[in-house]
Amino acid sequence: MKSEARVPISSGADIVTARLEGRQLASQAGFNGSDLTVIATAISEVARNIVEYARKGEITLCIIQEDNKRGLRVEARDAGPGIPNIGLAMQDGYSTGRGLGLGLPGTRRLMDDFTIHSKVGEGTLVVATKWIR
Amino acid sequence: MRVPILKQGDYLIASIQSALSDQELLQLRDDLAEQAGRFRSRGIIIDVTVLDVMDSFACRTLRSIAHILRLRGAQTAIVGIQPEVAFAMVQLGLALGEVQTALDLEEGLALLSERTKRGGASEK
Repeated sequence: MKSEARVPISSGADIVTARLEGRQLASQAGFNGSDLTVIATAISEVARNIVEYARKGEITLCIIQEDNKRGLRVEARDAGPGIPNIGLAMQDGYSTGRGLGLGLPGTRRLMDDFTIHSKVGEGTLVVATKWIR
Repeated sequence: MRVPILKQGDYLIASIQSALSDQELLQLRDDLAEQAGRFRSRGIIIDVTVLDVMDSFACRTLRSIAHILRLRGAQTAIVGIQPEVAFAMVQLGLALGEVQTALDLEEGLALLSERTKRGGASEK
C-alpha cells in the first residue's frame, strides 16, 4: 500500500494532479467525504502559492500514524523568493500576488496542524496535517 | 478539456464535466464572454456539480465571470455546489459575493427566468 506521494509543481495542471493524489491518499488513509474535500482544497491553495510565487516546487503527501491517531501530512516546498513577513502573509486578505489573500490563513483553518518556515531568497516550507476524527 | 456550452433559447448552460485547471477556468470565462454576446444571451448557468474543490482561484474566476456577464447585460447563476464543497469554502473564507446560486439546474433555470423577465419585476 502506497503511503506517500510526491508531485512536482510547476503549472496549473500540476495543482489538479496534486489535489487528486491527495484525495486518493486521504481516502486510502480512511478520511470521510467532507474531510477529503477539505484536504483537496488545502492542497490546491498551497500548490497554487508555489506556482504563483515560486514558479516551481514540490508537494509531498504522506499518511502518518502518531500514537493511535492517523492523519495525512501535506508538505509544500519551494526554493522561491521566500516570504519577508509571515505575520502579514497569514492575515486574511493580505496578498502580494493576484490572489484573494486567503491561501495561507485559509489553509490553516482547513487543516488541524499548520506550520510555515520561510527565508527570503531561500524558499518556503509549509507543513499542514489533518487528523482523522 | 474545454467546458461544453449549450445554447438553450435565451440562456447558455456551461456544464463542467471534470476537475478544471486554472487555464481551463479562464478559457471558460473567455468562451462565455464571447458566446453570450454572439447569441445575445440573457442568462447563463454554470453547473459545478462535478467539482470536488472550489478553491480561491475558482471562486475568484466565477465571480469575475458573473461580473463580466452582468456588464454585458446577462444574469449568471452558479448551480450544483456540493455540500462538502460549500463547507470547505466557508472554512477557507471564500464568498461568491453577489453571484446568484441555486441548488441545481432546474432551480437555476427558475431563478434566471424570474430575473430575466422582460419589463423587470419592479413594474409588477
